Amino acid sequence: MRVVLAEDLYLLRDGMTRLLQAYDFEIVAAVDNGPDLLQALVREKPDVAVVDVRMPPTFTDEGLQAALRARREVPGLPVLVLSQYVEQLYARELLADGKGAVGYLLKDRVFDSDQFVDAVRRVAGGGTVVDPEVIAKLLTHNQRKGPLSDLTPREREVLSLMAEGRSNAAIAERLVITERAISKYTSNIFAKLGLPPSDDDNRRVLAVIAYLQA
Amino acid sequence: MSGPTATRTNPVTATRRARIGDRVTAAGRGAVLFLLTLPAMAAFGAVVLAMALMSVGIGLLLVPPAIIVLRRVADQRRRLAHAWQGIEVPSPYRPEPAEHRGGAAARVRHCLSVLRDPATWRDLLWSITDPVIGAALALLPIALILEGIYGFVITALWGPLTQAGLRDWYLFVHVTPANAGTAWATSAIGAALVVAGLGCAPALLRVNGRWARLLLAPTAAATMARRVQHLTETRADAVDTNAAELRRIERDLHDGAQSRLVVMGMNLNAAARLLERDPETARNLLLEARDSSAKALTEIRDLVRGIHPPVLADRGLVDAVRALALDSALPVEVRADPVGRLEAPLEAAAYFAIAEVLTNAAKHSRAERVRIEIHHGDGVLRMAVTDDGIGGASISAGTGLRGIERRLATFDGIIAVSSPHGGPTVVTMELPCASSSPKTSTSSGTA
Repeated sequence: MRVVLAEDLYLLRDGMTRLLQAYDFEIVAAVDNGPDLLQALVREKPDVAVVDVRMPPTFTDEGLQAALRARREVPGLPVLVLSQYVEQLYARELLADGKGAVGYLLKDRVFDSDQFVDAVRRVAGGGTVVDPEVIAKLLTHNQRKGPLSDLTPREREVLSLMAEGRSNAAIAERLVITERAISKYTSNIFAKLGLPPSDDDNRRVLAVIAYLQA
Repeated sequence: MSGPTATRTNPVTATRRARIGDRVTAAGRGAVLFLLTLPAMAAFGAVVLAMALMSVGIGLLLVPPAIIVLRRVADQRRRLAHAWQGIEVPSPYRPEPAEHRGGAAARVRHCLSVLRDPATWRDLLWSITDPVIGAALALLPIALILEGIYGFVITALWGPLTQAGLRDWYLFVHVTPANAGTAWATSAIGAALVVAGLGCAPALLRVNGRWARLLLAPTAAATMARRVQHLTETRADAVDTNAAELRRIERDLHDGAQSRLVVMGMNLNAAARLLERDPETARNLLLEARDSSAKALTEIRDLVRGIHPPVLADRGLVDAVRALALDSALPVEVRADPVGRLEAPLEAAAYFAIAEVLTNAAKHSRAERVRIEIHHGDGVLRMAVTDDGIGGASISAGTGLRGIERRLATFDGIIAVSSPHGGPTVVTMELPCASSSPKTSTSSGTA
């Protein structure tokens, strides 16, 4: 799998390169600033990009901006954004085009290499992976009205795990119920959110977007 | 009259009518200002009397209330200068010392401090000169108009008026029914006087306003003294806040991340020693070290958010407030002008002020929803936070709003709270500022 890596701190870039190589990823470009990242993304059209938010030249949200721009030029380009902090605002911006293949995680998640690599693969496969911390903040708004108010607490729980990028099998394992029960919950969720039948991956993305925008 | 045809065909007449209306209003305001010289004279009398009684002691008690009356009258005139004459006359008084409610010594001190304020003496001078100069300026237009109208009245009602014992002279014209020419003369003179009165009314009202400003506005020295005092106070506040903030950061780092790193180092060291003898324990220690590092990261992240929120650094005020709104437990609507990037300290002050007001609303107001408006124009950043909660918030009641007031004051900013019982609560904040150009697209910037 071909990966573009963007991280301005040498130690982290080096460490992540080695980590990904150990899991049989091919690093086609490792860059350390926004403009180079945009170029690399558009030129290489990688299977997935792993991008740090804060990079030169402005040391603001350079990486996020480059990723968003690249996705406007190459729709659906899989991008996993890493950051020292997570913001709902940025999660929404990443998910706004509705194309999926987006991840947004705290940098700490790299610690657990299995889970991190799993997230990279999931994003490359068109899924969405949103950091549990963003999800946790969303859960504080459960009073709000909106399409989500129709969901049962259990369905909400399933949806939040879905937003974290977990498969039905993983959700079933986490909640200690059968996978069949989970697919029943998910189809209920899709129906309540008014998502028409289509391929499951796309509906998962749309459900997560609805979740984040509630 | 107000039909569309009339307005369309006679726009000139319409504006002229409006202008005449303005002139009549100006003359009427002059009349009110004339009447207001009476309380000014009364206040002057009261103050002078109180001062005269100072020699027998009781004056010390009477002077402050008398001066308060005088200040009320003068403040009323200042307000009218702003409302009617469009002339801003700031209040010139020195701030009251906080502790004048005390024993006799405190009363004497208070009395002396009021007497030492130059604004007191300028007020006094105004209260005795305004009944002459201000009154003349105020009275002239309305007097001309009334005299003019009397010209018509005397012609029409000559018989009853002379029988009632009034003189049959109108100015220099001897009015008699036998002489038809005098009727024309009185009407012409009366009309001329009304026109003259209306003509000079707005100009004289403006002159009167400037006259009021001459004595009632603070002197340049007083303005400067105030400014210096304000800067001294806000600087002290800013330094205090800063120092407290640094202490908090130091403590948080010391108790949090720093101690976690120490534990991590110890764990790693122990793991290294146990690696061969007891690999299982070593593994557990390593996992513990990993958890410690994750916790340290979380703590540092929270600390950073409190010092300078990342979105604020990345995107500026508006997006940072949007992010804040998303994280709030209440539904928050944000309406904002494109503000661009402001100076960093100002941006942070504005952000933390809004954040604090929002926290207050979430904690105390029992609001269902909140609206935040941000408007930038004319070198002023205006922010308003409105909630539909129970109201009853005030700057004096809570420490939160008082703190915001102090921090905004460092930037010459102000805060106003409108919060009747039963709500809604509107907190308005203003910060003078010039924004730099909006952030240019990130990838075209030069390093």
